[in-house]
Amino acid sequence: MAVLEADNLHVFYGNIHALRGLSLEVGKDEIVTLIGANGAGKTTTLNTISSILAPAEGEVRFEGDALTDVPPHDVVGRGIVQVPEGRRIFGRLTVGENLRMGAFLRTGKREVRQSEEHVLTMFPVLRERIRQVAGTLSGGEQQMLAMARGLMSKPRVLLLDEPSMGLAPMLVETIFEAVLAIRNEGVPVLLVEQNAFMALQIADRGYVVETGEIVLEGPGRELLENDEVKRAYLG
Amino acid sequence: MTFTVVAASYRHRERQRSAPYRTVMAGVTFGGVAVFLGFVGILTMFGQREVIAETLSLAHLTIAMSAFFAGLWVTHASSRTGLAARVAQGLGAGTVAGALIALLALSIHLFKLRRVFIALKKDLLDILTFEQSIGAAVAVLVIGGALCGLLGAALYLMPRKLRRPLVVGLTWAFFVGLFQELIQLMLQYEFLMKFRELFFTWDGLKPQGALIVFAAAAVTAAAWQAYRPRYDSFRENATPGQARMLLGFKILIGLVLIIGFPAFAGNFIGQVLMLVGLYVLMGMGLNLELGLAGLLDLGFVAFFAVGAYTTALLTSNADIAIANMSFWQALPIAVVLSVVIGVLFGIPVLKVRGDYLAVATLGLGEIVRVLVLSDFAAPVLGGAQGVLGIPRPSIGGFEFNDPVDLFYITLVASAVAAYFAWRLENSRLGRAWTAIRDDEDVAQALGINLVNVKLLAYGLGAGFAGVAGAIFAVMLASIFPHSFQLLISINVLALLIVGGMGSLPGVVVGAAALIGLPELLREFGEYRFLFYGLVIVVMMRLKAEGLWPSAARRRERMLEEESRAAIEAELRGGASR
Ligand SMILES: Nc1ncnc2c1ncn2[C@@H]1O[C@H](COP(=O)(O)OP(=O)(O)OP(=O)(O)O)[C@@H](O)[C@H]1O
Ligand SMILES: [Mg+2]
Repeated sequence: MAVLEADNLHVFYGNIHALRGLSLEVGKDEIVTLIGANGAGKTTTLNTISSILAPAEGEVRFEGDALTDVPPHDVVGRGIVQVPEGRRIFGRLTVGENLRMGAFLRTGKREVRQSEEHVLTMFPVLRERIRQVAGTLSGGEQQMLAMARGLMSKPRVLLLDEPSMGLAPMLVETIFEAVLAIRNEGVPVLLVEQNAFMALQIADRGYVVETGEIVLEGPGRELLENDEVKRAYLG
Repeated sequence: MTFTVVAASYRHRERQRSAPYRTVMAGVTFGGVAVFLGFVGILTMFGQREVIAETLSLAHLTIAMSAFFAGLWVTHASSRTGLAARVAQGLGAGTVAGALIALLALSIHLFKLRRVFIALKKDLLDILTFEQSIGAAVAVLVIGGALCGLLGAALYLMPRKLRRPLVVGLTWAFFVGLFQELIQLMLQYEFLMKFRELFFTWDGLKPQGALIVFAAAAVTAAAWQAYRPRYDSFRENATPGQARMLLGFKILIGLVLIIGFPAFAGNFIGQVLMLVGLYVLMGMGLNLELGLAGLLDLGFVAFFAVGAYTTALLTSNADIAIANMSFWQALPIAVVLSVVIGVLFGIPVLKVRGDYLAVATLGLGEIVRVLVLSDFAAPVLGGAQGVLGIPRPSIGGFEFNDPVDLFYITLVASAVAAYFAWRLENSRLGRAWTAIRDDEDVAQALGINLVNVKLLAYGLGAGFAGVAGAIFAVMLASIFPHSFQLLISINVLALLIVGGMGSLPGVVVGAAALIGLPELLREFGEYRFLFYGLVIVVMMRLKAEGLWPSAARRRERMLEEESRAAIEAELRGGASR
């Protein structure tokens, strides 16, 4: 049974038809990856799911409820949490303050403490740097902080936009291990990636998007073997 | 942080300039300042102000100081040269500065410059020549400049233990001399007569008075310096109880000063303090919008106007008044209405960001002013004639008539507002504001409702300005549209920048520096904005985070300094290798 469904999404930027009837599903306990070239419409898809963009046609459903007309902050309130691309942390605040910002919608003090403890165990570097100003973290640390901050909102599904962008292979691995750990804790992940090889290796299922349409879908392993995917994305 | 690296290497290169170049540059820069002040007429005006009666005018002090600071600065900038060389450079820089001013005197003497530069006339020449012959004056200026430069170098090079008391003493003597009229006004009491005569004549500070002030301040500073380590160790080792007592003691002294001083100092000071208080209120309001939420607002004066007009129309005994309330009944209504207007104001600019927001709010503010002035609204708001006959507030039988009385109302309002602002800053809403200031999109991705949070920033910020407006209306007893110019918005913005964006104490410091000081130096009237602009430019060069920066800014600054120091150490190490 799908937790998150995007059904026949059409999105326009002015007269640019960015999504052309895109549909996808994220099931319980799944890592689903969305791969595609630059400008294919991956970020647009995530923003539509987060209600930041409104589809001209089609709808997004979360646990069976349509999200049409639900404002973005309420979407977060329901548990759909996006970690935007490009490591957008609050550079002037400390690591700890960034994490607490992530828990903005949550009220229980003790639970928030627990979550903080939890994400710090997942990303031990952040614990060492809890008082450091976030803008001075390295690129990889900033990406971990962005993910940790997303987790602080206690997501019921996590949308990750290119978490491995610009990171060294070592760090990419750390990030992907974290994605697996998140899934294993029961939070499904929709992972947008350019690093198709790595993404498909950990993903349960994958979608290939081209100019706003899904052109291929299937289990991660299967897509890895697919000739077209190999030619276009794995080089 | 690449920015830091660039800045630091740039500084490093500056240091590499040759010593003669630095010396001449220092002299030309500081001497140039004095010459410029001469050109625009400020020096002539300074000539009429005596720091020490019949001994030292502010103009002569300025000339001496330009050479003095040239010497001081070049000594500071040459930290890596030998002692003798630094002293020589100080002397040289002072000479250059003095020579530049001598050149000005000579030019005025030889040419008829006043046809073009109206300030360059006989009065200025008299000041520059000390009413001597031109030849003697040139010699005095150059030699005096050299001496002052030498003194500057000496001050910089002398041990800190000696320098601190000297600087403190001189500063005190200078300010007592500069503000002698105000101080004399405060010493009007019969029993203080003898005391006053010790220091002052009717014309100004006596030389002996200056000496006493200098000595007293210097001795106090020296004593404090000697006592300081003991005090610090006491503070560090204090039990929580003792620490609390110390804090309580400090607060008590502060309270006694702020409550007692205006009553003692009289109405003129009361008036100035009250104006400062009104700007503190507005500053705290804009600080919520800009300092916390990052929403630039150049139409802020509109909320001030709403508060003032609401109070006026609700309390005035003029014909157009709509009610006959007391100030205390009108105040809450004025505040609520300001908040409502603030929210309405926010709606059209919700989606506007950055530079565009500045322009959009500027327009909105102007709309309010033009509306108030229009014939269309005149039957309701009084048009250009304004609203007259606003009664003063009273409690029981006591009427708040004097500026000092009204100051206390401002003080209480500011204190309440400050508490409110402080609580807001540390609330959930405050955190949401910080988030949208840093990154709106991410804030939204964390579940922050941008619309509500922004409108609340405008609304609550406006509420503070509404309180200020209400008090402003009863202070003047009548209000006119021309009191609500764009300049007020700019003043509030400037005081935030000077005080330190996002910092509550910074608001007070900024208001005191930008509103209070110029008010005390009223006679400098027409040049006020020149100084104003100068202060802001210099501030941005030297201390861009403000006089009393917020914790976050201070942290940022510290980091920058640390990395700069690290880079310089690295570069220096590399150079010596
Ligand atoms: N705000 C916008 N206005 C106009 N066009 C846009 C806007 N945002 C995206 N687009 C266009 O929509 C298309 C899809 O963009 P999108 O950001 O979704 O790509 P993407 O798959 O995330 O690419 P990348 O991997 O480079 O991040 C692109 O052609 C892009 O130029
Ligand atoms: Mg993208």
